[in-house]
Amino acid sequence: MTEHAAAVAHQFDDAEQQRGAAELGMWIFLATEVMFFGGMFTAFTAYRWLYPEAFTHASRHLDALLGGINTVVLIGSSLTMVLAVHGARHGHRRMLLVCLALTLLLGSVFLGVKAIEWSSKWEHGLVPGLHFTLTGADAGRQELFFFLYFAMTGVHALHLVIGICVVGVIFALAWRGHYSPEYHNPVEVTGLYWHFIDIVWIFLLPMLYLIGRHGA
Amino acid sequence: MARSAVPLYVAVFVALIVLTGVTVAVSYVDLGPASVVVALAIACVKAVLVLLFFMHLRESPGLTWVVALGGFFWLGILIALTMSDVLTRGWLPVGGP
Amino acid sequence: MTTAAAVVVEQPPLHYLNESYGVRSWLLTTDHKRVGLLYLLSLTGAFFVGGFFAVMLRLELLTPAGDLLQAETYNKFFTMHGVIMVFFFLIPSIPAALGNFILPLMIGARDVAFPRLNLASWYIYVLGAAFTTYAVVSGGVDTGWTFYTPYSTMSSTTQVMPTAIGIFIVGFSSILTGLNFIVTIHRMRAPGLTWFRLPLFVWSLYATSLIQILATPVLAITVMLLGAERLLHVGIFDPAIGGDPVLFQHLFWFYSHPAVYIMILPGMGVISELVTCFSRKTIFGYSYVAFSSIAIAVFGFLVWGHHLFVAGQSVYAAMVFSFLSYLVAIPSAVKVFNWTATLHKGTIEFRTPLFYALGFIGLFTIGGLTGLFLAALGMDVHVTDTYFVIAHFHYIMVGGMVMAYLGGVHYWWPKISGRMYPENLGRIAAFIIFLGFNLTFFPQFILGYLGMPRRYHSYPEEFQVLNVMSTAGASILGIGYLLPMIYLLWSLRYGEPASDNPWNATGLEWQTPSPPPRDNFEHTPVVTTAPYDYPGREVVVD
Repeated sequence: MTEHAAAVAHQFDDAEQQRGAAELGMWIFLATEVMFFGGMFTAFTAYRWLYPEAFTHASRHLDALLGGINTVVLIGSSLTMVLAVHGARHGHRRMLLVCLALTLLLGSVFLGVKAIEWSSKWEHGLVPGLHFTLTGADAGRQELFFFLYFAMTGVHALHLVIGICVVGVIFALAWRGHYSPEYHNPVEVTGLYWHFIDIVWIFLLPMLYLIGRHGA
Repeated sequence: MARSAVPLYVAVFVALIVLTGVTVAVSYVDLGPASVVVALAIACVKAVLVLLFFMHLRESPGLTWVVALGGFFWLGILIALTMSDVLTRGWLPVGGP
Repeated sequence: MTTAAAVVVEQPPLHYLNESYGVRSWLLTTDHKRVGLLYLLSLTGAFFVGGFFAVMLRLELLTPAGDLLQAETYNKFFTMHGVIMVFFFLIPSIPAALGNFILPLMIGARDVAFPRLNLASWYIYVLGAAFTTYAVVSGGVDTGWTFYTPYSTMSSTTQVMPTAIGIFIVGFSSILTGLNFIVTIHRMRAPGLTWFRLPLFVWSLYATSLIQILATPVLAITVMLLGAERLLHVGIFDPAIGGDPVLFQHLFWFYSHPAVYIMILPGMGVISELVTCFSRKTIFGYSYVAFSSIAIAVFGFLVWGHHLFVAGQSVYAAMVFSFLSYLVAIPSAVKVFNWTATLHKGTIEFRTPLFYALGFIGLFTIGGLTGLFLAALGMDVHVTDTYFVIAHFHYIMVGGMVMAYLGGVHYWWPKISGRMYPENLGRIAAFIIFLGFNLTFFPQFILGYLGMPRRYHSYPEEFQVLNVMSTAGASILGIGYLLPMIYLLWSLRYGEPASDNPWNATGLEWQTPSPPPRDNFEHTPVVTTAPYDYPGREVVVD
């Protein structure tokens, strides 16, 4: 038995006010996330400017192909997510469920590739503080790069894990018929969060993987 | 009945993939200091596409635009003023590294 | 319903305090008023714990020798005083306790936009406090509340990690409160309540919330990077690998300077309410005061480098930050001028809240002006890291913020509790606090100027007289703070029952019973008038 569209919560006057509040609330949350990641972007900018050669050498240790594949995967998951929202808006239950499931799948693929990348870093002794074996004049500054690499991709992956869990919950609720064209706020705001994770990665790709790929 | 937005989403997706390919390819070309600018510019275009079309910013009220742009602008303040220190530390030959 | 022969018993009116009983109804509440009280309780606890450490510091400083506490212990005490007072009292205080309670009432709403998120933010606060309490009882932390690297990441052997985790967690409480308030103010104002009909307290909460959402995340990531570096013994602030400790300071102060505006802006909002009510006048220059709140919030983000003047920052950046720091004083000055102009030729009612407001205006002005001394590069080299800085920020935080907090608590006490506090005791306590405060902190300006450094447990003989005065003042201040604790609790049972609007004040919060019912208003109010239309209104309570 499917459940009806959720009632309007008591503090709101009508469904439109509730929807507007949910949307504004999520956008504001995303602004806080921009600042959260932003602290690391600031540190990266400073050191990238201070140590261009070391950062270039360090960046070459990363696998640009895997980075590119992961970018395609994540952008693909954004497509499936926006299609899921489209399904919710127009009452296309199958589209909603299939696209949420694909989003889950693609998000997991991203994490899988990330795991492969990280274990490769471990094998090559490129994990600061735990197993870092680079030597040479600029080893320290490369260690700085890798610290930021793990910090930024790690925090990003954590957000992705949370996103996958949330999408999973949304999927379960959608399966039980909680959403309709009149009420599907959770799907909309989950979509916003998911796309934000995509945007962060859009910047991480060139910053981390593509520094000075030309040249030896 | 409004036209379906699905073709638009797919078109944006294709554009994003193409731009991803471009940014990877361009990184193998020696553009000197312009490399950073080009890479950032492409990333910004991709982000704007996601914001406008996937996040429906195009159809959102003005307040949403303020929030979206405000976040990035504020990050700009953090980076710019921090870099004002980092960039100018070496200018005065008095003490320091 | 009952038969004609049954006796009809008059039920006491239902309001938010008696509509349900039991621990669960409080711990699972989604009523913004109860959440506000949960915060009020926690904040009071934090204030006294932080105050305990302050008492110990002042006791040590009675004598020049470091004879009460060892240096390491003293370091822990000033650190924990700072951490607890800043993160667990000052930052949440007015927004979480008074704002949560009053904001929906002021805008004619039934609750905030996200009531469950509101309760969650309190639990997050408690969780953060738990980690910090653990740090305190398991040996303490000695890095200073500023956690500068590399000492905090590499050298300190104290409980840095639990404290860092506690601060990381409590930051999210602040972020969620800010988020909730912004959405509430944008989306849930009563019909007719346009932006320029809003009480100025709402404007100040809005500006505060902007800072909370934009600045606090940077603190969170900075504390996280600090924790990672401490754990891994290597990190981005580590000079050994090319890291920059000054970068830590940039990231830390990017939050911590706007944080001081999180602390003071709501206080300023309270003062606007008190000054209009107790001079029976419309605020002078409403839009200037409203926009100055936004201006303080915005400019406050551009000045953090003034904390790094002697840290190794580029002198060119320092000059930019110095100039911007002068600019940020302007909107604050605008507020002081407007409050003064409001009082001028008003019909002054010398009630307890106004005592606190007047104290605020004077003490905040002194504190703010001394900030300008510190913004001057040359002067700062002389007085930075001395008691001059300590006096400066305590004048604003204690002389300003805490007085505004007490003023607000007293002003809205009838609304919150349905009781009046004892007016004479209120005035006496306010006076004692004012006296104690000045005796504690004015000598510290002189001490700092004469060169006494901060964060030292011993000092040269010639500074003793001023230190003794300061400690004497602190004891008086402590007594002053205890008095409201006692008589406010007393009033819950024995205080005069309050009417809906004992001050005959303007504002929607006074258009509903004291205490308010669960959903605040029987019918959503419709606003048609400008704010603060006081002229002609009498004060009702004698």
